Amino acid sequence: MGSSSSSTERIPDAQELMQETGFSAAHLVRLYERFEFLDKDDRGELRLDDFEAVSELAMNPIGDRIIGAFFSPGRETVDFPSFVRILAHFRPTDTNRTRNGRNGAQPEPANSRTSKLKFAFQLYDQDRDGKVSREELLQVLRMMLEMQVTEEQLQSIAERAIQEADLDRDDAISFDEFKKSLEKVDIEHKMSVRFLE
Amino acid sequence: LQPLGGAAGLMCFSLLCVCRGEVPPKPTGVVTIVPPIKPDNGPQAYPEAEKANLPVFTMNYPRIQIPFEITLWMLLASFAKIGFHVYHKITIWVPESCLLISIGLIVGAIMHSVHEEPPAVLTSNVFFLYMLPPIVLWFAVVGTLWNSVGIGMSLFAICQIEAFGVQDINLQENLLFASIISAVDPVAVLNVFEDVNVNEQLYIVVFGECLFNDAVTVVLYNMFSFVAEMPVVEPVDVFLGVARFFVVGLGGMGFGILFGFVAAFTTRFTSKVREIEPLFIFMYSYLAYLVAELFSISSIMAIVTCALTMKYYVEENVSQRSCTTIRHVVKMLGAISETLIFFFLGVVTITTEHEWNWGYILFTLLFAFVWRGLGVLVLTQIINPFRTIPFNLKDQFGLAYGGLRGAISFALAFTLPDNIGRKQLFVTATIAIILFTVFLQGISIRPLIEFINVRRTNRNLGTINVEIHCRLMEHTIAGIEDLCGQWSHFYWKDKFMKFNNRILRRILIRDSRAESSIVALYKKLELQNAMEILDTVSGDISAAPSIVSLYEEKKSSAKPKKKFLAADLRNMHDILSKNMYKIRQRTVAYTNKHALPNDSQTKEILIRRHASIRRSLRPGSFQSTMVPKSHKYFSLPPGQSLDLKFPPGRLSYTDDHETLSEVAYPTRRSRSSRPARSSSRAMMPLRRLDTLTEAPSVDAVGDGGRTDHGVSRTDSSYSDSHAAPRRHINSSDDQDSGSVDNLRNNHHEAQEEEEQPSSSSPVWAAEPRDGTTRNPLLRRPQWNPKKK
Repeated sequence: MGSSSSSTERIPDAQELMQETGFSAAHLVRLYERFEFLDKDDRGELRLDDFEAVSELAMNPIGDRIIGAFFSPGRETVDFPSFVRILAHFRPTDTNRTRNGRNGAQPEPANSRTSKLKFAFQLYDQDRDGKVSREELLQVLRMMLEMQVTEEQLQSIAERAIQEADLDRDDAISFDEFKKSLEKVDIEHKMSVRFLE
Repeated sequence: LQPLGGAAGLMCFSLLCVCRGEVPPKPTGVVTIVPPIKPDNGPQAYPEAEKANLPVFTMNYPRIQIPFEITLWMLLASFAKIGFHVYHKITIWVPESCLLISIGLIVGAIMHSVHEEPPAVLTSNVFFLYMLPPIVLWFAVVGTLWNSVGIGMSLFAICQIEAFGVQDINLQENLLFASIISAVDPVAVLNVFEDVNVNEQLYIVVFGECLFNDAVTVVLYNMFSFVAEMPVVEPVDVFLGVARFFVVGLGGMGFGILFGFVAAFTTRFTSKVREIEPLFIFMYSYLAYLVAELFSISSIMAIVTCALTMKYYVEENVSQRSCTTIRHVVKMLGAISETLIFFFLGVVTITTEHEWNWGYILFTLLFAFVWRGLGVLVLTQIINPFRTIPFNLKDQFGLAYGGLRGAISFALAFTLPDNIGRKQLFVTATIAIILFTVFLQGISIRPLIEFINVRRTNRNLGTINVEIHCRLMEHTIAGIEDLCGQWSHFYWKDKFMKFNNRILRRILIRDSRAESSIVALYKKLELQNAMEILDTVSGDISAAPSIVSLYEEKKSSAKPKKKFLAADLRNMHDILSKNMYKIRQRTVAYTNKHALPNDSQTKEILIRRHASIRRSLRPGSFQSTMVPKSHKYFSLPPGQSLDLKFPPGRLSYTDDHETLSEVAYPTRRSRSSRPARSSSRAMMPLRRLDTLTEAPSVDAVGDGGRTDHGVSRTDSSYSDSHAAPRRHINSSDDQDSGSVDNLRNNHHEAQEEEEQPSSSSPVWAAEPRDGTTRNPLLRRPQWNPKKK
């Protein structure tokens, strides 16, 4: 597409980022352009209001959580590498890679099925205790459901969800339980953004 | 600015009225088309000899006749429309078009029996010029072409069969007729699709097709009618015909885009003249239409592309009100058109002379079905490989069955030139096919679709868990995609988008960071939120500890597992599928052509987010790690309400965004930064207790040293008994301690419960205010800053 590695020169640590995330040079450049576009004040990093300027995100029921996922704990800004690393989760899975197998030394790629599931899990699990409690589930449910649903109905739904998934009876969904409940779902497709391929 | 789907409406009306004049002589009574009639209460009404007295009361019907009758007809049709909705159940099963036609039939029958004619009110020119433009239509070019040619050919073949006695129809005429009846008008179908919640892909295609269809048909029609009039057709003519088709079509689009850009450019400068913005839009569209008519190129395509182009750029430039106005007007005009056309269809059906030919008509019906089905099949086979979600057979069936004919066909049939021998037959056949499809298909499509279970949005994916998580993931993806902006794999599209962003938008859009209404609402809510934080209702907050304790209970108690019946599960799935917010639909902005775009869902999302932000700001909001020790609140004396007496200026947060920044990642941020905007209690009640004296300001707003301040304050000033008020006062006390004492004592009295003796009292935030005297003391509950 005409973008050669020369255009990645503007991007600090481009090579490492490409290695780490698996994005091609072209994509990295595009992401960088998008990053710059979002970064209205040219600070080199994104703040919360930059994310919120994307009006469609404001309209997303879980927009807050998605935005929050970009910010590392304790930090108030997102720099480009963090930005790209999060987005790397949404790269479509390369099937060849998984087929070839991985040697143990390689870390889990950011866009593997497990990583994608982990990302989704963390959208629920705000306090990072590795479990989605009933309350956390309820919070997300409330966000995603319209106002007409009564509290009672909500509770039932959350109750049922936990019943279905909770295998070790601790009244919360751990990551493994989460994974198990979604084993039949094609996560690779669902959690991939096509054009990041 | 969304093009109106559906009925050709007034165009047909106009054409209809045109042909009224051309139809073989009817019983007179027709009000003929005349330029303004001279009132005939002129001199000849009076015998010459008599002196004409000044008439005190005159009636001059002919003067107003034309507009009067139009208005009456419109009103009548609109009343019919109101009538349907009175009994709502009807409209679920019977499409509105059917009802309108039926009413029209009734009225037509009445008129026929009294030998009246429906008003042929205006000349074709007038109608074309005045009435057609509001109707903006789209197309599935290829589909229509396919249908036209296919049907035409087959009918021609049929015509060769002697038994039907229609040999005199030659190929051109057949093609012409075919082009008339391939115009699909799936108005009813769209409504059904919506109700049944078919998947968006299908909806979009049908929607797009019904829009495109009409324009292409008209183009084809014009072309074929030209050709039909020629006695002999040579290959050159065919070639020329094809060439003309492209010229007409593409030329129309070109003009449309041109006018769209000009309009967008104009609106860039209209920020001071907001009231006339809608005027610009309408005038430019109209101009596009007229200029296209000037060059005899497809005016409909022109206006459609103009509208599309305008929508993209202009929507960012014009004010919200103008947008709403435009939408309202367009929808209104569309609704009128549609109503009228079906109504007239009914009327005219009764009142025209028909020529019936069983063979031809039945075969027409047959071929219409067959070719549409084939067309859909072939077309989907061709495009399916390019789509991420291919159309399955059920979708295709929905698509094919949704091919109802409607208003355009009606209009075009009536305007067939008279030198076509079998014109009456064509007209009859058209009416027959319209009635057939509208009634039969229109009524039956809904049960059929539900029966075959066309793939719907969000089918039950098994467990509740899966359904919830899948929806979460869909929302996530939508959000990420929005964050990444518009991309595609396609080189040219990307290039265009880049060009668009860099050049076009700069030129045509006033402020490239224009705010949509949602963002404006968002900011407004944010502000409101911030204000409310400072005046939070006591009831909530004092309840917070109890809620938290409840929560703690919940966690520890071993709840017996609730049993869920299958019926419960079904209900749950139902609730989920009906009530979960849908993914933002990028392509179909207004899913109901009859309704205005509804952003109440979006507003609801925003408002709830703000409410939840507020909730999460309250101490101890459902975080188990959060020990709600620090908030003991003073309750309002019953009956008090907190009105917002604080001017917004008080919110001297460094910026609004920080409000949100803290909220977005509630748990992981260090709590120390919280106190600044935690729910503070307004001192309203204090003011009402007369013992208050206005103490110089204590502001809840911590500006600078928020973080450190908060910490130090907490450390230094917590005490675990309310009886030691003085310690609560901050070091930087500007306050009148006397009054503070008073206040605190009063609060003591007002206090409801002494729950946790270990919980420290809220700390008086004693930061100097901006100098304006406001409510003396704002107490801010401090909770233990938890540093993660």
